[in-house]
This record gives sequence, structure tokens and C-alpha cells, in this order.
Amino acid sequence: MNIDSIINGIVIDHITAGKAMQIYNMLNLDKLDCQIAIIKNAASNRNGRKDIIKIASDIDLDLGILAFICPTATINIIRDGKVIEKRNLKLPERIEGVLRCKNPRCITTTEQEIRHIFILTNPETAEYRCMYCDTKASN
Amino acid sequence: MRNLIDILDLSVEEIDELIAVGNDIIDHPEKYREACKYKTLATLFFEPSTRTRLSFEAAMLELGGRVLGFSEASSSSAAKGESVADTIAVVSGYADIIAMRHPKEGAPIVGASKATVPIINAGDGGHNHPTQTLTDLITIKREKGRFNDLTIGLCGDLKFGRTVHSLIAAMSRYPGVRFVLISPEELKVPSYVKNTYIKAKGIPYEQTTALENVIEKLDVLYMTRVQRERFFNEEDYLRLKDCYVLTPEKMAMAKQDLIVLHPLPRVNEISVAVDDDPRACYFRQARYGKFIRMALIMKLLEEANK
Repeated sequence: MNIDSIINGIVIDHITAGKAMQIYNMLNLDKLDCQIAIIKNAASNRNGRKDIIKIASDIDLDLGILAFICPTATINIIRDGKVIEKRNLKLPERIEGVLRCKNPRCITTTEQEIRHIFILTNPETAEYRCMYCDTKASN
Repeated sequence: MRNLIDILDLSVEEIDELIAVGNDIIDHPEKYREACKYKTLATLFFEPSTRTRLSFEAAMLELGGRVLGFSEASSSSAAKGESVADTIAVVSGYADIIAMRHPKEGAPIVGASKATVPIINAGDGGHNHPTQTLTDLITIKREKGRFNDLTIGLCGDLKFGRTVHSLIAAMSRYPGVRFVLISPEELKVPSYVKNTYIKAKGIPYEQTTALENVIEKLDVLYMTRVQRERFFNEEDYLRLKDCYVLTPEKMAMAKQDLIVLHPLPRVNEISVAVDDDPRACYFRQARYGKFIRMALIMKLLEEANK
């Protein structure tokens, strides 16, 4: 299968196979009007299979949430057809407005227009907990 | 603005200071009769709780202050659909300090984000209840004289029992503490509580389903009620509600200087026959709760006025 290389944009590589659509949705990539390629189950020397997302636009990605969903992913910034920068993912101290608390007893289930906020409680296990009720976030 | 949302908002030193003030109030109540004169406490109870609300109101009245508020959501604008944030923003204009109870976990954090006066969490669902923990701590200190080198048994609903989680968090900060966790499988301490406050600190603990097998080791026995309101499924509640009953026969197996605590209300997890045992501290505990709340109200008002 041939997918054109992008000239200017971002390549999210080494995504755990099967997680590309989740990343696509959580990063709201559907809102972009540029070309986006989602490659699923590509061959990977490291993991056997991987997903890749290519975005033909220089957007500001929320790398924090990406680190939470898929810590193995790598970010390549492309200019004039060349990789000019590789960015490492770092878990953010808090994740706002992306994840939703699933605890039915949490105030976020009833309070109007409340922003769902998760705090990093264990960097080693990438564990986040709801700021309000301490329920563990699931990705 | 200084609030009390979680017991860990207070340092060990601040807890010591509050207990010292609480003890001084018990010994010299006349010194504090006008400590909060012209100040108003709002008790906003979106969920009924006679004991905690009355304790707060008694505390403020004994400090010479005034109280206003509501005792259930149906008699507040919450019944009309008003948000917690809006209610607190409005009441901030009517009171100098707010004690709020809400069935939803984290509601006091939302309240504190809009408040212009100190907020005290008087219980948020199955999550936190820091003033109950302060009550537990002043009781342990008064009855045992120390916090260190104690074997603390927690018995009953350790899953939804917010007072249990807060007490574990608070006691885990003292040296020489050991925990014995006594509960049915379905109501075990959540793993994050165990991992964060017990395992991560290397505190010795054991888990068991049988109170009678461990009661002889305990210095403190903290009994809890299986709470109907925390279950979505009535069948589960009925199956688990009578899993532990403390009886005089079990008390006969315990140390002579054991103290038995309970956040109350009790249903039938402690036999009434135990009440006359001098080791049964739960009614004294409820009384001490008023004094530690007096100390807390004074502290937060003082800090708000700085």
C-alpha cells in the first residue's frame, strides 16, 4: 500500500496497533480540513504491528493526552519533506476537558458545564485520577 | 482562601494544633463563648445528616456565632436545578463560613472554586469527610494519649466508608501504626487507598474477613455501618448489611485498653449491650466532634481574616 509522504506536517508514529482511531477522535482530528492518513496495522520491527497517523498540516497537537493514550507513540515534525524534529511524549500533570469521569457518584455527572479534570497521580503507571472524586481515568 | 476539603489539607502539625485547641475548649469553654460573635456559619446540607449538621450548628452557637442553612436538597434551590457553584456563590454573600454536605463526590471542590468564604467539607458522597476524621483523631488522642505505635482495626464497609479512607490517610502519617482491615470481600478497601497510604509507606497491615480472629491484637477498633445509600443494588445491601456485629462476647476477647470508635449512626453492627463497656467510646467521640469543629471554625475564620 502506498501513502504519499507529506511535505509539511506531523507524523504520529509507533502508535500501538488499534489505537489510531481513538487518538484521531480524542485529538479532534476530524475537525481539521487538511489531508489526514490513518494507517492501521503497518509492519513494525519493534512491535510487529503499529498504527500511524499522518497530518498534512502544522497544527499544535495536545501531546499530553497523546502520552496518556499511547506512551509509545513518537512525533515527527516534517518540513519540506524532511523530519526536522522528533518530539518525545511527556505525561502532563493534568488533563483537562478530554477524558470524562465515569464514576456515577462524581459531581461532574450533574454539575452544569463543569470541566472534567484529571491529575497525574502515578507517573510510573501513567495513572490519572479525577480531581473531584479520585476515580481512576481509563483510556 | 483556606478550606478543608480533604483531611490531608491539614498538616500533622495543624491537626495537633486543632486537637490542642479542642482540648482547651473542653477544659475552658468559657474562654471561647464569644470567639465567633457576629460571625455566621451556613450549613448547606444537600443530603440529610442530623448528627453532623447539629454538631456544626452546636459548635458555632457555642462560639457565640449564628447559623443559617438548609437540611436537605428538597428545601433548597438545588431542587429547582440550581448548580452547586451557583448556590455557593450566592450563600458566600450571606455567611462568613460554609459547611456543606453533598451526595456527589467532589462537590465541595466545585463549591470552593466559587466561594469567597472558607468551605468545610461536611461529607461528599462516599469520598471524604474530614471533620469526622478530626473527630476520630481527637478521640484517639484523648483516649489513648498518642497516635504512634497503635494497631488500628477498621471493620465493616471499607469500600464505600469515606471515614475509613480518611482515617487511614491521616493515621498513615504517624510512626509505628499498623492496620488490620476487616471486611467482606465485596467491601474491601479500594486498592488505590491501600496502595497510596499503606503499601507505598511500608506500613504493616493484614486483611481478614473475621473480626473474632484479630480483635485481641487491636488498640483501636473502628466499626462502620454498611450504608444503604451507597448501593445501587438493594440485594447487595441486604446481603452485606449484617456481616459484622460487635457483641460482649467478642469484646471479652479484646485488650482491656482497646477503644471502640464508630462514626455513627449505628444500626446493628454494635450490640447495645456493648454500650456500657468503658471501652466503647462512640458517644464520647460524637461529643468531641463538636469541640474539634469549634477549633476548626475558629482556625478557618482567623485565616480568612488575615
